[in-house]
Amino acid sequence: MSGPWSVALVVALIAFSLRAVGPVLLGGKQLPAALSGLIELLPSALLAAFVVTQVFVSGSAFAIDARAVGVAAAAVAIYARLPLPVTLLLAASATALVRFI
Amino acid sequence: MATRRRASLYPLGIAVALDGVAFGVLSHAVGFGPIVAIVFSALAISGSAQFAALSIVGTGGGAVSAGVTALLLNARAVPMGLSVAPLLRGRLWWRALTAQLVFDESWALAQVAPGRWNRRLLFAGGLTVYAGWVAGTALGSLGATPLGDPKRFGIDAVFPAFFLALLAPFLASRRGALAGFAGAAIALALTPVAPRGLPILAASLGCLVGIRR
Repeated sequence: MSGPWSVALVVALIAFSLRAVGPVLLGGKQLPAALSGLIELLPSALLAAFVVTQVFVSGSAFAIDARAVGVAAAAVAIYARLPLPVTLLLAASATALVRFI
Repeated sequence: MATRRRASLYPLGIAVALDGVAFGVLSHAVGFGPIVAIVFSALAISGSAQFAALSIVGTGGGAVSAGVTALLLNARAVPMGLSVAPLLRGRLWWRALTAQLVFDESWALAQVAPGRWNRRLLFAGGLTVYAGWVAGTALGSLGATPLGDPKRFGIDAVFPAFFLALLAPFLASRRGALAGFAGAAIALALTPVAPRGLPILAASLGCLVGIRR
C-alpha cells in the first residue's frame, strides 16, 4: 500500500474507533449518575477550549490576529442576541475586512 | 430551540465546505490524488487530524506518526461520544455508524440544554458537516477553487464564533462558567508545551470543577 493510502486509512480507522467507543459501550442506556453530572459540564469546558485555541493559537504558538477581531464582533452580536447565522456572518466579515485593509 | 438552530445549518455547511476546499487544495500540494483525498475525507471526516496528517506527510512522515497525532487530536471524541450515547440506540453496528455524526460542530449545535442533546439536530448537523466536508474536499482536490483562499473570507473566525455562541448560554450558571474557565485555562496553559491535540483533550477535565463536595 502506497504512502497516502496508508496514512488516510490509518487516520480514518482511528477517528472511527474513537467516535464509536462511547455509543458502542453505552448506546441507548442512561449514563451512570456520577458521570452525567460531569457530562453536563463537558460542553462548557470543551467549547471554551475550542474558542480560545481557535482564536489565540496558530500552530503551537500564541497569536493575536484578524480572527480575534472577528470573534470580538461575534461576541457583541451574541450579547445583542442576534441570530446565530448573522453572528457567523459578522465574524467572517470583520475578519475578512481586517485582512483586506 | 431546535427549530431556531436549524437555520444555522446553512452557514455551518458553507464554512465546513470552504474548509474542505482548503484541505483538498493542500492534499493535492503534498501529492495526494483526488481519489485518496476524497476517500480520506469521507472516512475520517476529521479536519484537525486530516490537516495534521498532510503536514506530517509534507515533512516526510508516514502513517505511524499521522496515526499517533490523530489519536491525540481525536481523543476528545470519546467523552463526547459518551455524552450522547443515551441518544444513539439500536444494534451495535448502527450505534457505531451514527456515532460518526458526532462532530465538534454537530455536538455543540445539538446541545439544547445543559447535558441534554437533541438527536434530530445532532443527525442534521452531522450530515451537514459530512456533506460539506466531502464536497469541499472534492472541489479542492480537483482544482476547482472558485473563491480562492477561504481565509480571505474570514472562514477561520466562523468556527470559534460558532462555538462561542453555543457556549454563551452555559456561562450564565456558576458551574458552567467555572468549567468553561477551567477548560480554556488548561488548553492555553498546555498549548506551548504539549503535543497538538493534548491541550483540548486535557481541557475536558475542566468539567471536574462540577464535582459536588
